[in-house]
Amino acid sequence: MITRILAFLAVIGLAFMLLPLIHEVLPMQELSPVAGNYVVKGPDELGAQNIVTSVVVTYRGLDTLGEVTVLFIATAGVGFLLGRKKEKKNKRKSSEILQTGASFLIALIFLYGIYVFVHGHLTPGGGFQGGVVIATGILLIMLSEVNMKFNHKLLHLVESVSGVGYVVLGILGLLLASTAAGLGDGFLNNRFLSMGTYGQLFSAGAIPLIYSLVGLKVGSELTGILDNMQE
Amino acid sequence: MNVTTLFGAILLIIGTWAMLTHKNLIRIIIGFSLMDTGIHVIMVSVGYIDGRTAPILDQAVNKAEALYRVVDPIPSALVLTAIVIGLAVTALMLSYAIRMYQKGKSLSIDDYQETKW
Repeated sequence: MITRILAFLAVIGLAFMLLPLIHEVLPMQELSPVAGNYVVKGPDELGAQNIVTSVVVTYRGLDTLGEVTVLFIATAGVGFLLGRKKEKKNKRKSSEILQTGASFLIALIFLYGIYVFVHGHLTPGGGFQGGVVIATGILLIMLSEVNMKFNHKLLHLVESVSGVGYVVLGILGLLLASTAAGLGDGFLNNRFLSMGTYGQLFSAGAIPLIYSLVGLKVGSELTGILDNMQE
Repeated sequence: MNVTTLFGAILLIIGTWAMLTHKNLIRIIIGFSLMDTGIHVIMVSVGYIDGRTAPILDQAVNKAEALYRVVDPIPSALVLTAIVIGLAVTALMLSYAIRMYQKGKSLSIDDYQETKW
């Protein structure tokens, strides 16, 4: 009983802390100076239509590298806890409907995931979302083919190559990006590749490449989590 | 006040309450997920500006008037990655729960006295 009262008090305290957020913070009327700078200068500096992508991949690219690292550590933790080999159980085969539906849908799901992360600089979407879409396709395969074994070498290869590629592209940005636009060179600067035409698929310098690598990395890591949890 | 912020705060409070009062590990993890979602909703709603659209500049929103037509892109960018991280952290917690169940044959937190502080 006493723990329940303490929990109630803690929740009341939390609610009290959140109260100013509800009734004192006024809704934003205009963008903050930093956000306004990103919105006004972003398209010309980086060539990406999607401002969120230019924030995630370039302006705050180092944070994204940190987030990908957190994702990697969480995946490694899941693998450490569940990765032990277990005795094989006889699993029930999946139904005919699921198998037929899956064999039709899997290619479309993968295509959609790749589309989402390749077009991250133009449309809503990007590496994280595309990677998750690909992982759902893998989940569908695992549900329909219960006895399927993953090629772990390939999975680890994709994961490490995309992770290393991400850092290498960042360092290339540091070394090669031109200072002509007054941007200076910096880690994960995308301007060392041709900027292309604004609004086309091959534009925005290295952003589509970086986001594709992020997508592959997120997809392969979530696949690793699913594979470990499948038991 | 902003209705979306209010809903986010309610989700956050429900999640915290579930984490503090429930004994079952799975329910604690569900509480964590609710709290996580509440924080995401609050963050997105803080960056929202009434009557504006998503920060994607195409034919509908041209570059010149973008400053007065789009919402704040920074909270969206933060939440975008936070959702995926939340998914991975939830998976990590669930695998802890699986291991604890395999070792101790129980999901109730009361049966793990050695983890008490």
